Amino acid sequence: MSRKTQVGVIRFPGTNCDQDVFSWVQREGLNAKWIWHRDSFSDQEFDLVILPGGFSYGDYLRSGALAAQSKAVESLISHVKKGRHVLGICNGFQILCEAKLLPGALVTNQSLRFQDDWVDVRVENTGPVCAKVEKSQKYKLPIAHKMGRFFAPADDLKKIQDSDQVWLRYEKNPNGSLDNIAGIWNAEKTVCALMPHPERASLEWMGSQDGKAFL
Amino acid sequence: MKFFVQVMPREVLLDSEGRAVQELLQEKKFPVTSVRVGKWIEVQVDQDNEATAKKMVEDLAQKIFSNPLIETFKVFGDKT
Repeated sequence: MSRKTQVGVIRFPGTNCDQDVFSWVQREGLNAKWIWHRDSFSDQEFDLVILPGGFSYGDYLRSGALAAQSKAVESLISHVKKGRHVLGICNGFQILCEAKLLPGALVTNQSLRFQDDWVDVRVENTGPVCAKVEKSQKYKLPIAHKMGRFFAPADDLKKIQDSDQVWLRYEKNPNGSLDNIAGIWNAEKTVCALMPHPERASLEWMGSQDGKAFL
Repeated sequence: MKFFVQVMPREVLLDSEGRAVQELLQEKKFPVTSVRVGKWIEVQVDQDNEATAKKMVEDLAQKIFSNPLIETFKVFGDKT
């Protein structure tokens, strides 16, 4: 039998979905280990690194902007260069865009409000990360964000669409995201991120268990 | 040596802060047609060579202070 998947969970000051993500990883039978934002890690250490949601560095400058400059994210860039996997959730998505590991940016919702609701997302393109989610399937997941509107200049958006980098689309667009995008892939399909929270839909009492498929 | 960096949201994007201020002023009947809100960052640099220092601040403005996808920036020196 192959060894257990090693999962690193990065904590920044202001990350607040870290415990939820950590216990979700453990419940799915994987090995979870904390990564502190000030620490480096080896590009051999983890199969998957997860950047959980929250308000890293108080969202100062822009959501994710300061976290993208941290030591842990420097290591994350080497981890990605080795072809290893990364999943970003909510603020994790914002950080990955700011670190240029994913294209585009997340800007203020069209409603100008913090939105907290259940959404249905449809899987457009699958890849080796979150490999259990199935193409064309719908998943019910919660969102909780104010800066969740995916934006990319027209040329970049076309590139994302043409190279099958759209991972998830909202069935009903909650925030004005371009092309209803809820999640994207990098070009190499090793880094993916989404605005909804799969870890908050991973036990029966939570109202949906659709998030279990994302590990 | 001191530098100033102005960061503004790009025109194509909704500047929610600017819009909120603009609409409030318009409700109060000020003859205002547009308000945009950005950031003003002051950077003190420990470096004797002005050109080198300015280059570094421009680099910071490009890479950290702004996100070129959604923002534009301008760097001003102490004398400009």
